[in-house]
Amino acid sequence: MEELCVVGKPIPKLDAVDKATGRALYIHDIRIPGMLYGKILYSKYPHARIAHIDVSKAKKLPGVRAVLTAEDIPPFKFGFYKDNTPLKGGKVRSYRDEVAAVAAIDPDIAQEALDLIQVHYEALPAVFDPEEAMKEGAPLVHEENRSNILKLPWKMHFGDVEEARRKAKYVVEDRLRVTWVTHCCMATSGCIAMFDASKNLTVYSNTQIPSLAQRDYLEALEAMGLKGKRVRIIKACIGGAFGSKLDTYPYEYIAILLAHATGKPVRIVFDRKEEFVATSGRQPAIIDISQGCDENGRLLFRDVRMILDNGAYTSWGATTPSVMMMPISSLYRVPNVRYEAICVYTNNTYSQAMRGYGNPQATFAIESSMDRLAQEMGMDRVEFRLLNANGPGEVTSQGFRITTCGLKECIEEVRRRLDWGGPKEKGEGVGIACLIHVGGGARVYKSDGCGTIMKMDDFGKVDVFTGATDMGQGADTVIAQVVAEELGVRIEDVKVIHTDTDVCPWDVGAHASRTTFVACNSALGAARKIKERLLELASRQMGEPPEMLSIKDGEVFCKDDPEKRLEIGKILRKAHFSQGGQMLMADFFYDPANENLDKSFRGNLSMTYTFGAHGVRVKVDEETGKVKVLKYVAAHDVGRAINPLLLEGQVYGGALMGIGYALTEQLILEKGEVMNPNFRDYKILTAKDAVPIETYIVETMDKDGPFGAKGIGEPGCVPTAPAIANAIWDAVGVRLRELPMTPERVLAAIKEKRANSG
Amino acid sequence: MARRISFLLNGELVEMEVEDHWTLLHLLREELGLTGTKEGCGSGECGACTVLVDGMAVNSCLFLAADVDGKEVLTIEGLAAPDGTLHPLQRAFIENGAIQCGFCTPGMILSAKALLDENPNPTEEEIRHALAGNLCRCTGYLQIFRAVADAARRISQEPIEVFPRRTD
Repeated sequence: MEELCVVGKPIPKLDAVDKATGRALYIHDIRIPGMLYGKILYSKYPHARIAHIDVSKAKKLPGVRAVLTAEDIPPFKFGFYKDNTPLKGGKVRSYRDEVAAVAAIDPDIAQEALDLIQVHYEALPAVFDPEEAMKEGAPLVHEENRSNILKLPWKMHFGDVEEARRKAKYVVEDRLRVTWVTHCCMATSGCIAMFDASKNLTVYSNTQIPSLAQRDYLEALEAMGLKGKRVRIIKACIGGAFGSKLDTYPYEYIAILLAHATGKPVRIVFDRKEEFVATSGRQPAIIDISQGCDENGRLLFRDVRMILDNGAYTSWGATTPSVMMMPISSLYRVPNVRYEAICVYTNNTYSQAMRGYGNPQATFAIESSMDRLAQEMGMDRVEFRLLNANGPGEVTSQGFRITTCGLKECIEEVRRRLDWGGPKEKGEGVGIACLIHVGGGARVYKSDGCGTIMKMDDFGKVDVFTGATDMGQGADTVIAQVVAEELGVRIEDVKVIHTDTDVCPWDVGAHASRTTFVACNSALGAARKIKERLLELASRQMGEPPEMLSIKDGEVFCKDDPEKRLEIGKILRKAHFSQGGQMLMADFFYDPANENLDKSFRGNLSMTYTFGAHGVRVKVDEETGKVKVLKYVAAHDVGRAINPLLLEGQVYGGALMGIGYALTEQLILEKGEVMNPNFRDYKILTAKDAVPIETYIVETMDKDGPFGAKGIGEPGCVPTAPAIANAIWDAVGVRLRELPMTPERVLAAIKEKRANSG
Repeated sequence: MARRISFLLNGELVEMEVEDHWTLLHLLREELGLTGTKEGCGSGECGACTVLVDGMAVNSCLFLAADVDGKEVLTIEGLAAPDGTLHPLQRAFIENGAIQCGFCTPGMILSAKALLDENPNPTEEEIRHALAGNLCRCTGYLQIFRAVADAARRISQEPIEVFPRRTD
């Protein structure tokens, strides 16, 4: 194999120096001259009619430049289901409903103005439990729909589940529950909106979807009577995203409306309480699952039904079932699968994408059930998984064409490292859970593409303008690595620009763990064009045919005679400053050859799929119910590790977030109100809680991946909760079916078991 | 009410009027434009706003600006040497992959500095304890622990000049 100089190396993140010295600018750090501060008044009720709003006192407060309510803005709706508005008129449907907004010359005045707004509500009966909300006569969240059940098509059936159920020797059935959790980005949400003299809009943003946000804002401008205008999005440094910034939110439209009303730049930045209350997390689900296998342990069917709490409005949370279908149909070889998901409006906050996009919820159910089935037939839990594991070349019932697959190797390594079957102290147990995820983009949108524009200057320095978004995961760095590798230049000579829609091409967004695969393939396409032209120029100048030339360390050299070499800069300057001068610029748009799912939800969603297995050894204190993680092994098939340092960071971070999902995290809603909107009461794991995670990386060198790589952004948090649930079962013989698995719940399960056996 | 204070900020003497209700975080970010110190929660729970006051790590969102009178304040902007040479902690964070989104990084590095100044050779448990008040959502902390241990090694191997120094 050709020796690589940059790809495969643990290169520090390119913006790390700026971040370590305080130079990096986040949305919170940007000030525009004349900028006003926007603030939002939220509802005091989970469901109420707005009888009257009096803003007269707020408007009179010195320093206030605008006060807006629904009456002051054009009617337009946004979101996946087009059921959300920037400011709510008529009625409120949740505590986070935006009722009024203010722009003022400083944040204190803006807050004071909010306090002066008087809203008279008439409370309405509300509904918070999705099962209650489905019942006849339940209060309607959106009356015009005449039902709280969203009209969504989430139903798939491959093979014949009922027939397979009859044939199955062993069958298990379970009901599991997962709850509201939220992203907890260390930087809160925010944006700055401003118009130029021609009413073109610029938004400083921390979005994960610059190109789609641009389109959303254009729709808003049209509704505001500003047709044919331009929208420019400038991304500040993003202080964490994890899916939270995959949609456009009311506060962004409010900033735009306030900027339009005042003619000034308007900044809205959330405080931490707002971040907990008014952003959209991962939704709760009630999951019914049954699985069956034959007498040898081969899976025959999987049948899953879910009820999802959509909350009061519809964002991407309502579409997570389309991704849940992936593990339900294709994690392990299972010929007959059925899945149905119902999304239900309630008067809770509303749900969005969060790292894994439904996969952690579905995998919690599947892998808990896998353990139960192995237990039911008396087979070793690892052997059961190996028997049913996916392999290369397989086409799953949903039509996924699996190219490379390192699942078995991951499972075996986890078994080895956990000393599976080895001695255990009292209260100790081991558990394993596996994952499948998209690793080669995901065609959830009509395009799964990403554009790149590239130029090389007179000194061989490369600028890469990419559609991709870096939010800390390292997109900037891996793109620079593949470009440096392909062009034979040093990584210091490559600059990746990903922050401005005025200069960067289109990209569908930083979701589905797609950026390394899609954006690097796009960058490689442009780099190959540049390289070809560079070698042509060198060929003319060096008198050697292009195929005999190669580039390394910024020099073109003759393969036969490495002493014959020419520095890239010299070649480029000569080409530039001659008659009929030339410079090197190229563009490339890469849209993977993956498929949209058809009406029956069949199709090859991704170019390749990524696999992994997590294993955990826990100790359960039977007196307190506390679960201590003693050892954690995360094995992942990543295609190729373009950057082992950043890759490990994705796995560590994902796994720890997953451990939080398993054990501690819950956004507690009491009649629709968030009871724990702070880090004291919403428990993300701290340095004290961090678990020594061991990573094991399997490189399967995927033929379609950039240098063989697959995506790895989300997989780290997918199988964590079931691995821990399975270890708890092994440790103390109780099955936890609800997240988070708090000491109270573990203890209650232990007591129940004792009562039943006593 | 306003009062006049003087303090040493990243090695430079500052004399100015501050309002009684200002926090140190407000003073640094809004009045002095030092935006390297971050606000993650505003209530002392996340540690993103950590700075050193007379060598002690404090949550600047809870620390009154007036209370730095006569004291020495170090923020992330003052950690590297005046010629731009990075502090060993900064280098170690960068090279060990301890930085992803970077929002927790300034506070994390300064908490680590307070630890290493007091305890040049900490155990992992001591590192965890020192960073317990600094939340990070990206990294899972492991590369941060490695970075702090690595920085401790670097500092012990290559004694460096400590900045800032009092100018007196």
